[in-house]
Amino acid sequence: MPSYQLSVNGKKYSVDADEQMPLLWVIRDLIGLTGTKYGCGIAQCGACTVHLSGAPVRSCSFPVSAVGEQPVTTIEGLSDDNSHPVQRAWIAEQVPQCGYCQSGQIMSAAALLAGNANPDDEAIHAAMNGNICRCGTYPRIRKAIKTAASYSH
Amino acid sequence: MKLQDISRRGFLRQAAWSGAALTLAAYLPADGQNLPDIINPGTSGIAPGTELMSWISIDASGKITLVCNRSEMGQGTFQALPQMLAEELEVRLEDVQIIFAPANPEKYGPQPQEGSFSVRGWAPRLLRSGACARVMLVEAAAAEWKVPKEECFAENGAVIHRVSNQKLSYGALAPKAALLTPPTDISLKKRADYKIIGKSAPRKDIPLKTNGSAIFGLDKKLPGMKYAVIERSKRFREAVRSFDDSETRKVPGVIQVLKVNRPIFYQFCEGVAVVADSLWAAMQGRKLLKVEWEDLGFEHQNTASLEKQMRENLQKLGQQPKFEVEYARTVKKLEVAYETPYQSHSCMEPLNCIADVRQDNIEIWGPIQEANWIQADLSEHFKIPIARVTVHMTFLGGGFGRKGFNDYPYEAAFISKEIQAPVQVVWTREDDMTAGPFRPGAFYTLKGGLDAKGHLHAFQANMATQWLGQQWSPQPPGVPDIPGYNTGDLDGLLPAYRKGIPHYSFGGTGTHSPIPVMWWRSVYASTSGFACESFIDEMAHLAGKDPVRFRREHLPDPRYRALVDKLAELCGWSSRGRKTGWGVAFTESFTGICGHAVKVMRNAEGKVRIEKVVALMDCGWYVNPDIIRAQVEGAIVMALGAATTHATTFEDGKAVQQNFDTYPMPRMADIPPIEVHIMENDEKPGGVGEPGLPPFAPALANAIFDLTGQRIRRLPFSLDDIS
Repeated sequence: MPSYQLSVNGKKYSVDADEQMPLLWVIRDLIGLTGTKYGCGIAQCGACTVHLSGAPVRSCSFPVSAVGEQPVTTIEGLSDDNSHPVQRAWIAEQVPQCGYCQSGQIMSAAALLAGNANPDDEAIHAAMNGNICRCGTYPRIRKAIKTAASYSH
Repeated sequence: MKLQDISRRGFLRQAAWSGAALTLAAYLPADGQNLPDIINPGTSGIAPGTELMSWISIDASGKITLVCNRSEMGQGTFQALPQMLAEELEVRLEDVQIIFAPANPEKYGPQPQEGSFSVRGWAPRLLRSGACARVMLVEAAAAEWKVPKEECFAENGAVIHRVSNQKLSYGALAPKAALLTPPTDISLKKRADYKIIGKSAPRKDIPLKTNGSAIFGLDKKLPGMKYAVIERSKRFREAVRSFDDSETRKVPGVIQVLKVNRPIFYQFCEGVAVVADSLWAAMQGRKLLKVEWEDLGFEHQNTASLEKQMRENLQKLGQQPKFEVEYARTVKKLEVAYETPYQSHSCMEPLNCIADVRQDNIEIWGPIQEANWIQADLSEHFKIPIARVTVHMTFLGGGFGRKGFNDYPYEAAFISKEIQAPVQVVWTREDDMTAGPFRPGAFYTLKGGLDAKGHLHAFQANMATQWLGQQWSPQPPGVPDIPGYNTGDLDGLLPAYRKGIPHYSFGGTGTHSPIPVMWWRSVYASTSGFACESFIDEMAHLAGKDPVRFRREHLPDPRYRALVDKLAELCGWSSRGRKTGWGVAFTESFTGICGHAVKVMRNAEGKVRIEKVVALMDCGWYVNPDIIRAQVEGAIVMALGAATTHATTFEDGKAVQQNFDTYPMPRMADIPPIEVHIMENDEKPGGVGEPGLPPFAPALANAIFDLTGQRIRRLPFSLDDIS
């Protein structure tokens, strides 16, 4: 079984994994970070969203062998203390209900804001359309992204 | 396949499910007179410190732990229940920690998480428990100081002597307070004096859900835990004839392959489990598994045959003579059919459960809505005394009724016993979406007749569906149960209409099918509300009356009139423009009364789009307004999906939709602005989690009629198809 050197949240990990093993299961079961969630396994729901070199990817459908040198950031690596503007906004707007999809929602939103400091509804819809929330927190997510944008102004 | 009875114990509501009326009388809370005794620290094993009133534990340092005895699946019990305790206990929410109670009905009362019951059902007991503990702490302080207790009061986790300004913390007082007899005569605070209840106190679970630290069932790990995935028949009710696991066993990490049982009501269905060191290995092994299924001769139903059956069953209901006499006297008549589909729950967290079955005890960890039932069920099946079956609750990544079923914990326990190790059973999304139980589809015929003044004189709603309660014993396929009429309530329909409509009739007929069905957020109100409130709108138009005014005329009860008037005011009903379509609907379920107003318009391409939703919830006395708003927002989104984007259909005895690519959920771009308002009154606390869902589909359909003249009588439909 091949061995991979991964950089996750700034830490180096060495994992032995099948080359087709999705990054999701490497993160959750081999590295032990369970904030990233399994939702569909086919890149339809976004619950597994992490950043690869800052860009959002659906880790359930991303083989570990394709990660290479790119640094991985998971929800646990966004901040040490819930202080990332998106996390603060999520708390301020009381976004989560069950919370299961929210790691993925937050990672998608953080990636959006990193590239667009002041997204309008259209940009928000485009960036967030890959993330499903069954509890229906969408109105609050939309509001919280704007709140997060306002923190950096 | 074995046919075998499974436990009905702890499943009281099923008796009330044999008709359209769902009553929850068996669930009315105790009046709070029989409060639990103080339990010695250490006996519960869940919280250090001194326990007062089961729900409250205080340690020597003054750290206060409040117990949430219900499941948290997003609906906010983790916040709302402790908020009630803290109010009467006189502690600040910032200063308490909240933990989940394990299943323990003797200590915490019934814990099934359904029926939008947490606040409405538990308010009396939790308020009294908090108050009792406070009185005992005050008495302990008064005894310590040797002063009259009337001179002492509690505030922010301490008791203060008004005269001397002496102060003792709850931590110092708890051991002595615990020795006192709980008072029987206590007075609760007035609503005007509340410091915490009625306020949008931020949810204490939310910071755990923004940094990945909340532990859902799927995140829980035990030392030495194995993982299992199960190949189940894609068809309902097939047995395993044989399986070939030779390739499966070659996958590194796969430990064992075994036949397992899954309980579905009265019977067990078979599957083949692949157990491995990692979930990934188990999933890979399953892909290589070859299973031969044995057809047990059940009906390979498809959606077309089910629908045909429901339509025929409606015909078999026949006429109700007394109603027909009144209906015949009306001057304008309408008879139409409404049709609604099966739906999947599709919680974002797929089903999963950990079991550790030992010689003389069982421990369960998982996202569980029905802790008591699972405890009793496992105790019975595995012959372990109930006190030695521990059901630990994790956070639930959604529930919506599905996680109130006992199949997935049973599977975990079955495998754990066989392999003699703790094991986590994980359902893939495809398993979760195809195996059921589903929300049953429901078909309706509605008849209404107007008198000469345009008043609804006679109203009939007949319903054909799979009754949830029918699944507890074998039923011959395809044959409906004896159809019948009752005079009970119809879920979803405002009971108050019955004061304003002189003659009404509700009929029901069960449709038999091997497809397992289960309650789904708001249960039958999710379909009946659509049929009835769309039909009321049709009758208003038949009468040539404004739909809001028409409803008001049939609702003599001031509480309901106030709701109708307030919603009309909030949405600007009287000044709505001609280029927009507006629709309203009002439903009641689980004692929560909710009205929605939906505005639709055509976009630049001429497509009908939802511009806005205004919702108004009357749940009487309430705890946390922001949680109520969140619940109604979420219910609207869930209803939007069920009305316009997804449905489960069946072909050859199998569910067609397997994942979100073919069962598409509403996404961010589909969500209109949603405003939620709450009625202020002093009515009893009502349900919140479910009642926000049923009015949406009829309000949307009524708005589309207002804009286009096209009447939607079948769900789901696509907004793009509206001409």
